[in-house]
Amino acid sequence: MTDLQQRPDGVGFGRVIRKEDARFVRGKGNYVDDIVLPGMLFGAVLRSPYAHAKIVSIDTSAAEAHPKVKAVITGALLETLSLAWIPSLSHDVIAVLATDKVRYQGQEVAFVVAEDKYAARDALELIDVEYEVLAPVVDAKRALDPDAAVIRTDIEGKKDNYIFDWGSGDEDATEAVFKKADVIVEQDMLYPRVHPAPMETCGAVADMDPISGKLTIYCTTQAPHAHRTLYALVAGLPEHKLRVFSPDIGGGFGNKVGIYPGYVLAVVGSILTKRPVKWVEDRSENLMSTSFARDYHMHGKIAATKDGKILGLRVDVLADHGAFNNTAQPTKFPAGFFHVFSGSYDLEAAYCAVKGVYTNKAPGGVAYACSFRVTEAVYVVERMVDRLALELDMDPADLRMKNLLRPEQFPYTSPTGWEYDSGEYPRALELAMKMAGYWDLRKEQAEKRARGELMGIGISFFTETVGAGPKKHMDILGLGMADGCEVRVHPTGKAVVRLSVQTQGQGHETTFAQIVSEVTGIPVADVEVVHGDTDNTPFGLGTYGSRSTPVSGAAAAVASKRIVDKARLIAAAMLECSPDDLEWELGRWQVKGDPSAGKTIAEIAFAAHATLELPEGLEGHLDASCVYDPPNLTFPFGAYICVVDVDPGTAKVTVRRFIAVDDCGPRINPMIVEGQVHGGLADGVGMALMESIAFDEDGNCLGGSLMDYLLPTSIECPSWETGETVTPSPHHPLGLKGVGESATVGSPPAVVNAVLDALKPFGVKHADMPLTPAQVWRAMQGRPMRTDMAIQ
Amino acid sequence: MTVNGEAVSGEVEPRLLLVHFLRDNLRLTGTHWGCDTSNCGTCVVWMDGVPVKSCTVLAAMASGRDIRTVEGLEVNGELDPVQKGFIEMHGLQCGFCTPGMMLTARWLLDHNPDPSETEIREAISGQICRCTGYENIVRAIRWAAENSNGNGAAMKEEVGA
Ligand code: FES
Ligand code: FES
Repeated sequence: MTDLQQRPDGVGFGRVIRKEDARFVRGKGNYVDDIVLPGMLFGAVLRSPYAHAKIVSIDTSAAEAHPKVKAVITGALLETLSLAWIPSLSHDVIAVLATDKVRYQGQEVAFVVAEDKYAARDALELIDVEYEVLAPVVDAKRALDPDAAVIRTDIEGKKDNYIFDWGSGDEDATEAVFKKADVIVEQDMLYPRVHPAPMETCGAVADMDPISGKLTIYCTTQAPHAHRTLYALVAGLPEHKLRVFSPDIGGGFGNKVGIYPGYVLAVVGSILTKRPVKWVEDRSENLMSTSFARDYHMHGKIAATKDGKILGLRVDVLADHGAFNNTAQPTKFPAGFFHVFSGSYDLEAAYCAVKGVYTNKAPGGVAYACSFRVTEAVYVVERMVDRLALELDMDPADLRMKNLLRPEQFPYTSPTGWEYDSGEYPRALELAMKMAGYWDLRKEQAEKRARGELMGIGISFFTETVGAGPKKHMDILGLGMADGCEVRVHPTGKAVVRLSVQTQGQGHETTFAQIVSEVTGIPVADVEVVHGDTDNTPFGLGTYGSRSTPVSGAAAAVASKRIVDKARLIAAAMLECSPDDLEWELGRWQVKGDPSAGKTIAEIAFAAHATLELPEGLEGHLDASCVYDPPNLTFPFGAYICVVDVDPGTAKVTVRRFIAVDDCGPRINPMIVEGQVHGGLADGVGMALMESIAFDEDGNCLGGSLMDYLLPTSIECPSWETGETVTPSPHHPLGLKGVGESATVGSPPAVVNAVLDALKPFGVKHADMPLTPAQVWRAMQGRPMRTDMAIQ
Repeated sequence: MTVNGEAVSGEVEPRLLLVHFLRDNLRLTGTHWGCDTSNCGTCVVWMDGVPVKSCTVLAAMASGRDIRTVEGLEVNGELDPVQKGFIEMHGLQCGFCTPGMMLTARWLLDHNPDPSETEIREAISGQICRCTGYENIVRAIRWAAENSNGNGAAMKEEVGA
């Protein structure tokens, strides 16, 4: 635990403006598409217009004859290199280029490498593909019908579209609780397929040096080390000859965790042409083919006593994984951390069952600011609690307050086996209600209802589950989820810290310098952060699932502490005293009882590199490293309240206010934490009201552009009202918990609960996201629609 | 055309987009590209003093015009108040939408030196930011409004690395 005392300016935690901004505001960021190498060529991908079709033939001769085309790559060519298929992140395979058939609209069919990007696009038009169209499987609920077409004919003996069944919790105990309950409420709900849609799309520049055999890949990746190892494993490339470089990234949100066919194709293109090859997808390619998120059809069932004590919860999920199982979940947990669905409440029993199926849609599921399915879990429990409140005619705030876990129950073991590290839940909810003026809002609502106006107040209380994760439980494709960090103090007392994680806007160049500074006392300005380059950083699994601060941040803290410990021994040698006689005063070891006798970290660093004779067994220099295997996950939490107005004439929802109280433990940089919360809240409003990747019955993607896939603008977003409580994690060396995804996880149910609260006079009990005017209107008429498909 | 005050010329295909001309031919990569449908606004530049989406302008159409990009915001080594505001108020995270947002903000302040929150939100409503939830962009533009001396020049204030 850190002591959060006031620190001299420019040292340690606190509001510090970001180091990275100096280049960004000048337009001098260095994103993948900004990279230009001598002799560079450009790639473009030909994609399938069909959701499901056999490839009869591909004729590339006209494209090859184009004067600016340098190579045309098809699945058949990749087969000769054993690269037509690569492992997915979930023990399945994905096609780099389709060989036998296409399995979703937008799937990669051929790759052209040309002298400029316009020519590469032109040449795509010259490729002639003959398809034999097959019946698609679009509706996940029909995927297991006996007459459903089998999508994965590439898997030997596969006769259906089944992927997995998985459950967690005690089913019998949950049934027993339901038997004794006074009240049981059931509800079907869909968390629609959505897309992270970072402003920068995915792309790569591959540069194979034919002489040294060294392959450098500049790539929009959130996980450069994991990518390098996977390239080595898949393509048989020697790992020491591979360098993955992740430059500035224009937003990730999980979209940039996976390895996409385009990256592999850029590599193959560079190997074949012996020149660097750049590939950057366009927006429709991004929306149609890269990792989506959610697509969970859920059935919730909640049990309670008649006075509102919640007893148990059961959730059955049908998970639509698309054509390949390419989510990034730890091996043990095919549904990620969905089994944290008992949420923030003191339940006797809980059980979930998840069934995964293939459909003719893009694969993925890794993404959108919560890779591990906590978003879906929080949504279902928070909707079920509101459904219960409606049934019991209780205020949703009262019902939550009555059932929230109490501080003395922590560390708390949930009915599905999670150990929540710390929490003071009622305090956070009380603060949010106070900030909102909750009971006044209820009064206002009653008055408005009497006048026929539709105003709604929605609450959500979430427990996040981040910092994956302990190696004994968690891996991605067999790689443990530990992260390395190296800190080196230069002779003059300036430092460099090397990270395994990669920023996509989170501000690591600032916050990790603050962590080192907090522990060592070296000013933030004097700590350089190196990240995103596998040749120059230690191994680790990367930035997603809000894991940078809880895992890599802990590694940085421990390495920094090791520096301070070593500095003590050197200081003792310098002062010719025993290390036991020294005490640490931020940035300086000094003699107990004689503070004037001491050595600053800079003086110690110089001595460590100088001629001073060091004690037996102590090597020179002032470096340290750490590989941090977290003992547990961290569990940030928060209480959110949303106020909406619904226009009774047009059914348009306006978010009038949004109050967000977050508890992520101590805050490294409150300004950055608040910014992350703001961004997540906007995501939540987008998902609740606007965003959905829907399909028609032929499997055509209906969300393939930003005209169709609506993202929230400054107009849909209110001015966010944020608050905080601080409950440190007992197991993180600085008490930190992580915050990146909290608001994305916590906000959608608050918005949906608010809209349904507004619609109470119409007797509406539930309607699925996105709550567009059309969907709300239909709900008001008593006929809500399915939002995942264009068929009713 | 002139770009940030410098005359530039080039032979281009008729179909070449202005955003590609700026990025690829002139290597002014501060102007970004983010969508196929003129929705995102990461490509916003000024043409003859007005913000335009440079993905929706052909390079040939910009012939003879005056273009200003994010690289032209800093004058004589002095950051524009808008740039300072974005740093001070944490108006950016990944930085991808930032150049376009700042150019719109500069235009707004030139025409309305003291905009309300609603006026700011309207001005940037054709541009998308996925990181900030817009709040700090609004605050950054307000900061710039409050820290300008009326004709767009910055008050003396040290900001930035
Ligand atoms: S690139 Fe999206 S609006 Fe221009
Ligand atoms: S800062 Fe990332 S899109 Fe705006």
